[in-house]
Amino acid sequence: MKRRSAEAWVSACFLGAAAAAVGFVVAYVVDAGPQVLGGLLGTACAALAVGLVLWAAQLLPSGTYVEERRPMQPPEATQTAFVETLHRGSSGTPRLLRRTLLLAGLALGAAVVVPLRSLLLPTSAPPARALRQTPWRRGVRLMTREGDLVRADDVPQGTDLTVFPEGMPRADDATAIVVRVDPRELQQPAEGTVAGILAFSKLCTHAGCPVGLYEQTTRQLFCPCHQSVFDVLSGAEAVAGPAARALPRLPLAVDGDGYLVADGDFDGQVGPTFWRPE
Amino acid sequence: MITRWMVRRLDDRLGFSPVARSGLNKVFPDHWTFMMGEIALYSFTYLVLSGVFLTLFFDASTTRTTYEGGYAPLAGSEVSAAYASSVQLSMDVRFGLVARQSHHWAALLFTGAIVVHLCRIFFTGAFRRPRGVNWVVGVTLLVLAIANGFAGYSLADDLLSGTGLRVANAVLLSIPVVGAWAEFLAFGGEFPAEAMIPRLYVVHILVVPALIVTLITAHMVILVRQKHSHFPGPGRTDTNVVGSRLWPGYAVRSLGLLFAVVALCLLLGGLVQINPIWLWGPFEPGSATAPSQPDWYVGWLDGALRLWPAWEPIVFGHRLPALFVPAIVLPGLTFLGLYLYPLLERLMTGDRAPHQVLQRPRERPGRVAFGVAALTFYGLLLTAFSIDVVSKFTGIPVYLLIYTFRVAVPALPVVTGLVAFVLARALRDSGADGFLALTWADVRGALRRRKPVPEAPSATEEPREAAPEEPDEEREPEQAEPEPVRVPAGPVP
Repeated sequence: MKRRSAEAWVSACFLGAAAAAVGFVVAYVVDAGPQVLGGLLGTACAALAVGLVLWAAQLLPSGTYVEERRPMQPPEATQTAFVETLHRGSSGTPRLLRRTLLLAGLALGAAVVVPLRSLLLPTSAPPARALRQTPWRRGVRLMTREGDLVRADDVPQGTDLTVFPEGMPRADDATAIVVRVDPRELQQPAEGTVAGILAFSKLCTHAGCPVGLYEQTTRQLFCPCHQSVFDVLSGAEAVAGPAARALPRLPLAVDGDGYLVADGDFDGQVGPTFWRPE
Repeated sequence: MITRWMVRRLDDRLGFSPVARSGLNKVFPDHWTFMMGEIALYSFTYLVLSGVFLTLFFDASTTRTTYEGGYAPLAGSEVSAAYASSVQLSMDVRFGLVARQSHHWAALLFTGAIVVHLCRIFFTGAFRRPRGVNWVVGVTLLVLAIANGFAGYSLADDLLSGTGLRVANAVLLSIPVVGAWAEFLAFGGEFPAEAMIPRLYVVHILVVPALIVTLITAHMVILVRQKHSHFPGPGRTDTNVVGSRLWPGYAVRSLGLLFAVVALCLLLGGLVQINPIWLWGPFEPGSATAPSQPDWYVGWLDGALRLWPAWEPIVFGHRLPALFVPAIVLPGLTFLGLYLYPLLERLMTGDRAPHQVLQRPRERPGRVAFGVAALTFYGLLLTAFSIDVVSKFTGIPVYLLIYTFRVAVPALPVVTGLVAFVLARALRDSGADGFLALTWADVRGALRRRKPVPEAPSATEEPREAAPEEPDEEREPEQAEPEPVRVPAGPVP
């Protein structure tokens, strides 16, 4: 490119950048929406970028300069002198002093690690207890996300219902999924079920995602995160995907007013596996 | 005129001109692959700028509040303050959505540029002595970039990020012996703990960025101290650097790159939707998005989680969580391998000498094979993270895909590694310019025997045409470093 025409191109780019920048201000004032705002400011930067690169490539000297490189490693004597300076005065340090300083360092190190325990909020139970328990107790009523209590007749055949313990719609570890199947199809004892209604923990035993998809024809629960599949009729055994444990079951009963209640806590550990005695 | 006056006033007091002058004369090699690190640097610059803007509107709290912004479908619903402020800064703050989306795009670009930069360093042997130190700094930067990306997109407290945090929670829990305590101390209690978002916020905007800035500084100081490596070519030796001088040519070009990176982020942020949190909805107990995919730089881990078989053995009377191997051991080994690679290669080849001239990848077919196999491995894991989406669009059953990947992940890297080995060796032995110049005879030859490495390109190549010349400055006697000299040298191979 000739020098004159290169200059013309570069200035055209800079002019374009200026125009787009002014356009951005106008667009901002009239609230033109994110597409216009991002588009114009981006265009201004892009035009500036093209102009600068053209300028550097066409008008400024580039390439094939040679800079000599000296070896990184200094002469042996310099290194030795430095190390000796570093050791200045250390040869006379008594051993007792060094050892007690080491002890002090270790003790202080341990002392500043201990307050890490404070990271556990005062409102939280210790992990072993919190992970093993959920708010479900015998007689606690089932409640939907909308806050409605659940009667056996409210559970339709073929769909699933997410429930929480009554009054606790944000108790994540208590989230349970209720499904109704034909009692004759159950491949396990009917204890803890009410007229073919079963409840399982909704948290996948793999990585703890809510097992949100119920496939009615195969009676399988499907986890959207890592594609684990649980078979409802066999007691939510993990049948495919990376989950290794069945979904814990919530034993159900009906209370005096006809509402579905829990008949105790889940029959296994809820959510992802952690290191615990088997 | 003004410049001269300013410089004199300051230099009289600080005496920087000799150092600054040799700084302006610093020579940078001219090769496009050297831009990758700069792209990473500039996207980080943009991340800081756009991030500061976002902090002014974001409320990192899980306190329940009623959303009263301009997004009608959410109006009046009870959500966390973090989610409400994220939606508000997207919908009601002018330029807010562009800032948020371009911040997210810049994070994808940042991690991407680091990975490509890493590949360049790896395949050209730039990590060899004396640059092992900077390799370690660089790998640490990659770890920090991934960690901060995850922390960042988890802040909005939407349903997708909440699902990501569930998995992070499970990953921490899966650590043998200390997992439960690690998780409870990190998040403050059982998932979803109220301290989760504020803590991630501190990590995302203070702790990790401070570490990144410190390490980038160290990366650059070491780079300036050691000077750039350069590709082999006429006149390029272990005792010099050949390229453009920092001022003005290289600086203007690099400034152009900075604006190009910012332009890309802004254009993507304005025109291409990313992470529309108002569509995912707020985090709710017992809910997850379907499908749910993390950002690409953690996608390989999510892919590994999907593929690892349902296997929870009993170890020392305890149940070993299925997540432990794919989510803790795999990344642990990955980064350990990255940190140690320069040392391992030094042990394998016995090459302990310092190198300033880079290798063309073909010069080390073994390294090429290893690198291509590793890229295949992680590429397959990264593909597996969207296995459900692939199944939905292609109609292939998801479990068929899982079983196929379970075979392909260990097997395909061996194949691609071998192919890469043969091709690299054929290129080395034949001296062909590229894959297209290879003949069948070259490939057959590479399969059979080993030839000595040919000499570096000879000096008979045409010298590069001189760019418009500017008068050479006089050399001053008190100069600290000798002025770079312009020489006719061959093109970069």
